[in-house]
Amino acid sequence: MERRFPFLTANARVAVRLTLVLILVAIVLAVARGPVAVGQTTLNGLVAAGYFSLGAVGLTLVFGSLRIINFAHGDLLTLGAYVTLGISAIGLPFWPAAALAIAATAGIALVLDRIVWEPMRRKRASTLQLFLVAIGLAMVIRYTIQFFAGSQPRSVGQDVLSAIVVGPFHLGALQGLALIVGVAAATLVGLGLAFTPFGKKIRALADDVALAEVSGVDTRRMIRLVWLVAGGLAALAGVLYAAAVGSVNPNFGFLILLSLFTAAVLGGIGNAYGALAGGLIVGLAQEWSTLFFNARWKPVVGFAILIVMLLVMPRGIFGSGRARS
Amino acid sequence: MSFLDADFWIGVGVTAGVYAIFALGLQLNVGFTGLINLGQAGFMAIGAYAMGMLVVDAGWPLLLALPAAILVAIVAGALVGLPTLRLRADYFGIVTIAFSEIVRYALQNAAFTGGNQGVLGFDGGWREFQAWASNELSPIGLGGTIQLPLLIAVWATLLICLAALTILQRSPWGRVLKAIREDEDAAAALGKNVFAFKLQSLGIAAALAAVAGFFLALNVTYLYPSEFDPSFTFFGYAALILGGFASYGGVVAGAIILCALTEGLRFLDLPLSSSQSGSLRFIIVGLVLIILAMFRPQGLLGSKAEMQLRS
Repeated sequence: MERRFPFLTANARVAVRLTLVLILVAIVLAVARGPVAVGQTTLNGLVAAGYFSLGAVGLTLVFGSLRIINFAHGDLLTLGAYVTLGISAIGLPFWPAAALAIAATAGIALVLDRIVWEPMRRKRASTLQLFLVAIGLAMVIRYTIQFFAGSQPRSVGQDVLSAIVVGPFHLGALQGLALIVGVAAATLVGLGLAFTPFGKKIRALADDVALAEVSGVDTRRMIRLVWLVAGGLAALAGVLYAAAVGSVNPNFGFLILLSLFTAAVLGGIGNAYGALAGGLIVGLAQEWSTLFFNARWKPVVGFAILIVMLLVMPRGIFGSGRARS
Repeated sequence: MSFLDADFWIGVGVTAGVYAIFALGLQLNVGFTGLINLGQAGFMAIGAYAMGMLVVDAGWPLLLALPAAILVAIVAGALVGLPTLRLRADYFGIVTIAFSEIVRYALQNAAFTGGNQGVLGFDGGWREFQAWASNELSPIGLGGTIQLPLLIAVWATLLICLAALTILQRSPWGRVLKAIREDEDAAAALGKNVFAFKLQSLGIAAALAAVAGFFLALNVTYLYPSEFDPSFTFFGYAALILGGFASYGGVVAGAIILCALTEGLRFLDLPLSSSQSGSLRFIIVGLVLIILAMFRPQGLLGSKAEMQLRS
């Protein structure tokens, strides 16, 4: 493969191989379970991949640059979705409301860095301290949302019934939008990381903070940017989840957090492209699993991949994550 | 409700005892072995469900089901530990929380666990004992409070566990655990089988979780999956860090303070719905975790010198 694609970087080679493997799996599944069922679940998987990928990018960037396993990241998704619903309840249309919510969540992530994470960095806090703070933040965010919005599921309140039907395949109108926005955003994030100076610096930071610092990266400024990006993408992922599923409850972010971990670990923790690819794998794997098991087991597929990856391939499929601290 | 309502405070005492037993296991793992076990609620679920199903489905007497269920939890601890204990600290944490979520989803969706309806009817033996004990307690004027026998049973068990762990910790075994916590490689260089010690630590924690699960089940009288979500583990960590890192007595103090704090809220007469005051309890626990981890990670009774964890 290396010889066949000499012009590609290591990451891109893995991406090409991954695409080939996923297509192969899809073909095998199509033979076993029929092309229509596989096509439909692939479509659903791509919708889910949007929020898994975008959610996982922030998780992996924060871990790579700050060594924080951010248990509160899932609740930033919830926050984004609820702020969107809150703003649209005042009368703004869904997507403009989402844009405001993304900005607000990014701002909150930045404020949390100021008042919580930055002091923890100065104290050189232990792994356990970072865990406990993250868990505490997760609880505070989730239950503050629940305090004001209640624990019952909230409908997105948009047109959730109309569907796009193409031949044997169908997709809710809002799901279709989530698919388009998710793919577009993931592509933009990937291109931004690859080609903009910000993207390059963020990747350098997530890869090796000390090395980034001696190479002249203003790490303090970039850490703030990492939180802005992580918070904003988390909110976008939450909005896409809300659009794809049609309703939200205050627990949904925490419930999909482990799937986001799975995506991040699959891609090699700290590798932002890896997280995008990992989200794609998790989304497809969970939806394809419904061809064989009851859909209620979908989340378990994500957890199982997470455990297997950590045990067998802790560096991820891109081979760039660190197995040791 | 009156501030002096005995039934209310007995209920708080039972809950505090359950959290204390549960968090003793966390303390053994985190405080004394350096294992960040985030799956304790999963072990509790396995122990409690094993007990419930042995009684209800297999018709075992409760007294026989309890030790058997503890054994099941220990085996689960070993099965989780065998492949995962060699992982670095933070990955171990993620794997254990994933394990506990798999357990919860399995209980919700598997055919044999009663799903979200849960398991009922395992506590007949306990009810009989409780009626008998209440009867015996009535001559000294303590017969009116139904849950008093449960309170006594929980706290007697807790004190036995506390004493056993304290003795274990002072033994050579306990010193090896601390050596592993502080420098795993040095302990291994001295010829200690680090892996076996960690496995034992996890197994004992799982057994304690199972015992806590029994009392939780007897207290609420039925088993359902959402009792065992990761929040229970997080409450355990809050009790642990509140009381003190690497202090068994601290865990007990922490559990009492935490439960008094969260349950005592209802005396403030806040103009809140029941859902809101439920949320407020979690917000308080979250703030306790954040503030203590930031400003006093050794907890109220712990010592900073014990805070040397492997990175």
